Amino acid sequence: MATSEKLVITSNINGEERTFLADSRDSLLEALRERVNLKGVKEGCNNGNCGACAVILNGRLVNSCCVMAAEVEGATIETVEGLATPEGLAPLQQCFLEEAALQCGICTPGFLMSSTALLRENPAPTDDEVRFWLAGNLCRCTGYDKIILAVQAAAEQMRAPKK
Amino acid sequence: MQALRYARATSIDEAVRMLREGGETARVLAGGTDVIVQARERRRVIDLFVDIKHIPDVMGMTYDAQRGLTVGAAVPLYQVYGNADVARVYPALRAATHVIGGKAIQGRASLGGNLGNSSPAADSIPAMMALDGVAAIAGPNGRREVHVDAFCTGPGRNVLQPGEFIVSLHFPQPVAHSGNAWERFIPRNEMDIAVVNAACALTLEGDVVTAARVALGAVAPTTIMVPGAAEALVGRRLTDDTIAAAGAAAKEAATPIEDMRGTVKQRKHLSDVLVQRVVRAAAEHARSR
Ligand SMILES: Cc1cc2nc3c(=O)[nH]c(=O)nc-3n(C[C@H](O)[C@H](O)[C@H](O)COP(=O)(O)OP(=O)(O)OC[C@H]3O[C@@H](n4cnc5c(N)ncnc54)[C@H](O)[C@@H]3O)c2cc1C
Ligand code: FES
Ligand code: FES
Repeated sequence: MATSEKLVITSNINGEERTFLADSRDSLLEALRERVNLKGVKEGCNNGNCGACAVILNGRLVNSCCVMAAEVEGATIETVEGLATPEGLAPLQQCFLEEAALQCGICTPGFLMSSTALLRENPAPTDDEVRFWLAGNLCRCTGYDKIILAVQAAAEQMRAPKK
Repeated sequence: MQALRYARATSIDEAVRMLREGGETARVLAGGTDVIVQARERRRVIDLFVDIKHIPDVMGMTYDAQRGLTVGAAVPLYQVYGNADVARVYPALRAATHVIGGKAIQGRASLGGNLGNSSPAADSIPAMMALDGVAAIAGPNGRREVHVDAFCTGPGRNVLQPGEFIVSLHFPQPVAHSGNAWERFIPRNEMDIAVVNAACALTLEGDVVTAARVALGAVAPTTIMVPGAAEALVGRRLTDDTIAAAGAAAKEAATPIEDMRGTVKQRKHLSDVLVQRVVRAAAEHARSR
């Protein structure tokens, strides 16, 4: 008979050391939502195709539905909850609002994490590069154009010299 | 997800022991982009994941102009296609790894996982076959090597015995004036399963082809070598006629099924077209080096 195990997992989540209980059968998506209560991580397809569950794990973009919770012992995880600062929204978040790059919003956390990873690696992407990078994120509402505009607007802001 | 346990191996021997003790329902966990979904959808009975990503040999990558390239089985694809030596010497491998899944898949998915999953449409396998890749395998009876072109035995099936896993993949250094290329056809620009994929590695002496390896994916129960296409090339000047003959041999060798992704006729046609393209691109690469 197959069994699971209870695990105690410690990882750095959005800059804070967090210890949480999980089951060895939990995906990282399930653990973040149900055990750590980070509901910004969304479930779309649960099979790697839609990107709604994207988080940054040890500096790399991953789909949390395709990661086991047990794997993240000792890891660093960034979710959409960590993007805003006490000073306000991150440029990407602000630009998604201003450019109306979301409607129902279920895909938005995934797009924000994916775009965050993109702009870290490539602060001045072409539109084609943005589209190629975001190909793993699906949106049923916006038609994508406004998302590309928002990412480019944020990229421009982030490149501007700090006042 | 089905009830299952997770174990983290930190050495090759430990992984072999865990896999052997786990028996038939233990699975290697590399990037998890295939196997976690399979466990969730209960397409396979799995009750133990053995995570191999904390084994140094499985996560390393080395290149040297004498010995060639060795890629740890679980090295994530972004590190493979992002490597300057891979891009320069093994563009077939770069091209295939660059389009497997999207960025979030490439952060985790691996060559060992693509090979271990043994899908007939796997994108990296024809590239590894054309490059004459060799899988270094560890198991309860010690180490052995299996050429990638002899690894897959059917859809989702391969030569691995209980307790065995792939430690790394080795690609020999191509001799002078060699080139390689990989291409696939999908209806959109990215994020789709190949209708057909193809790879070629060849060596030129002036205009004459002195060695060639051609491989195809998604046209048979496993990815296949196409010896007929290689024979059409070797010993001949690389003219349009020679290249067309290689394409015709590929079309002949393809025995595809009909499914929602493509018809038999389309897949045979694509085998011809893609093989011609990869032969030309491989020759171009050979001339540029
Ligand atoms: C959204 C999405 C898009 C995808 N797009 C593509 C695509 O374009 N092209 C393509 O080819 N594939 C694609 N895939 C499939 C998958 O990403 C690849 O097959 C990938 O290379 C698997 O690697 P992994 O490390 O994630 O393997 P895992 O899921 O960890 O393992 C896959 C299988 O191989 C076994 N295995 C893993 N490593 C080893 C090893 N070292 N030794 C022995 N057995 C091993 C596992 O036990 C399992 O059975 C896609 C998947 C998703 C979810
Ligand atoms: S929920 Fe993870 S990719 Fe869709
Ligand atoms: S805003 Fe609804 S899916 Fe993207």
